[in-house]
Amino acid sequence: MNNRVAIIGVGINKFGELWDKNLMDIAYEAGMYAIWDAGISGADIDGMVIGNMSAGRFTGQEHLGALAVDMAGLGDIPAYSVEAACASGGAAVRQAYMAIKSGEHDLMVVLGCEKMSDVSQSEAMNTISVASDWEWEGTFGGTFPALYAFMARRHMHDYGTTEEHLALPVVKNHANAAHNPFAQFQSPVPLDVVMSSAMLAEPLRVLHSSPVTDGAAGLVVCREDLAKKYTDTPVIIEASDQRSDTLALHDRKSITTMSSVVTSTRCALKQANLELKDIDVLELHDSFSIGEIILTEDVGIAKKGEGGKALEEGITEIGGKFPVNTSGGLKARGHPVGATGVAQIVELVLQLRGDADKRQVDGAEKALAVNIGGTGATSIVHVLGR
Amino acid sequence: MIEMAERGVAQVWRRIKSIYKLQGNKCETCGTHYFPPRLVCPQCRRKGKLEPFTFKGLGTIYTFAVVHQAPEDFKRQMPYVIAQVDLDEGARLTAQIVNVDKEDVKIGMRVRVCFRRIKEFGPGGIIVYGYKFEPTMRVTGHEEKAATTN
Repeated sequence: MNNRVAIIGVGINKFGELWDKNLMDIAYEAGMYAIWDAGISGADIDGMVIGNMSAGRFTGQEHLGALAVDMAGLGDIPAYSVEAACASGGAAVRQAYMAIKSGEHDLMVVLGCEKMSDVSQSEAMNTISVASDWEWEGTFGGTFPALYAFMARRHMHDYGTTEEHLALPVVKNHANAAHNPFAQFQSPVPLDVVMSSAMLAEPLRVLHSSPVTDGAAGLVVCREDLAKKYTDTPVIIEASDQRSDTLALHDRKSITTMSSVVTSTRCALKQANLELKDIDVLELHDSFSIGEIILTEDVGIAKKGEGGKALEEGITEIGGKFPVNTSGGLKARGHPVGATGVAQIVELVLQLRGDADKRQVDGAEKALAVNIGGTGATSIVHVLGR
Repeated sequence: MIEMAERGVAQVWRRIKSIYKLQGNKCETCGTHYFPPRLVCPQCRRKGKLEPFTFKGLGTIYTFAVVHQAPEDFKRQMPYVIAQVDLDEGARLTAQIVNVDKEDVKIGMRVRVCFRRIKEFGPGGIIVYGYKFEPTMRVTGHEEKAATTN
């Protein structure tokens, strides 16, 4: 029961619109990279967890656990599919963490994957919308971007957040992604281009939103005492916490804070016996730029209402006190919904190992990831350390 | 096509009281109003006593967005205003705002419910009607409740 859980391998494929690959092609690729990275063989694996939001609607295929084991040639090991909308990846990581901590499993492969480009933009938008309350938000015209626009409008009204503030996470994350060979968009985007991009759901613009992406990410996780057999640089999952909130955004007291994030961050840091000031690098769920601003506040980097200001001051840039989304975040790395939570962990493991190349945060020892489902109805936080 | 219509019929029909008449519920134990109706009062849980409650249909805009990109069902209406409306009795819901220029919509604006066509279940599918909101007007006699803290 007291076993800690180590990450001994990571894998990710180049995110993008991958017309020539199906869901299993990309999941297989990411999984195999993780397995090679860990230096394990198939016989070492005693279970698999796969995070995915909506393969049934995006591709027509369900029962992904069995499919993944079959495609990987792993015989009869058990495989668990988990879904928590955009937090499906984080949920998969947490399921594996709990399975190993409980003693039921010793060494598992975690996959997060989504194939989004096989359906029309309209259908993709409908599918994403079911992450919120479809019957009472979506069917009345409350698109997913509109729900985040609700937050942005209110944040601007209550705290004086500006249109320029809304653009800052985008500029920062694109600049970071320019150094990430796996990112969907590896080119910087100037502030004025973001600020004059087409309207999506006022006050949010197209470039405030994460894109439609195909992609997968994988991890190999195991009991800490087994990790030594395979690697000298294991990364420990020092904490995992998950919290829920109302499914519909309109049922919350405040829409400018995600209480699920506040609580899960606080509980995870406590579990890891750390304070925020001990964290060297973070991945925060920026499906929309207002999301990164709100999360910057909710994890405690900035006071409520001052997330935009923190971005202005460069606190969350590489080289700043709390670098956020060194990978490029959901905006520029891409957001294959079910893969995102795993991709966040991949980035943080690279950072903690010192393998993040030009986007490396010097001497990073502790890292924190926040993965959100819907408009904050699920928040999953992991704290990693080396 | 017939299949589409049949699918929509049950989905819409079972919520008609709510989407036509703004029927939610009220917990007689703690006095909280809910829309849509809840299965259990989250504050009182088993001590709660939920009774049907029809909202008056007056409220205040809490926040809003102007939608420029929407799925097929709503494409014909773009750009449209969607908002969260604080109903006077206490619940908050998501609905379109109509009968007003989008430039004139403001946080704190007083609105009242109106009955409108919401969307169709695909080509040839059933037409869904339900609530949208429009600005209140003095001539209607609705009280001009001050848009206070919002």
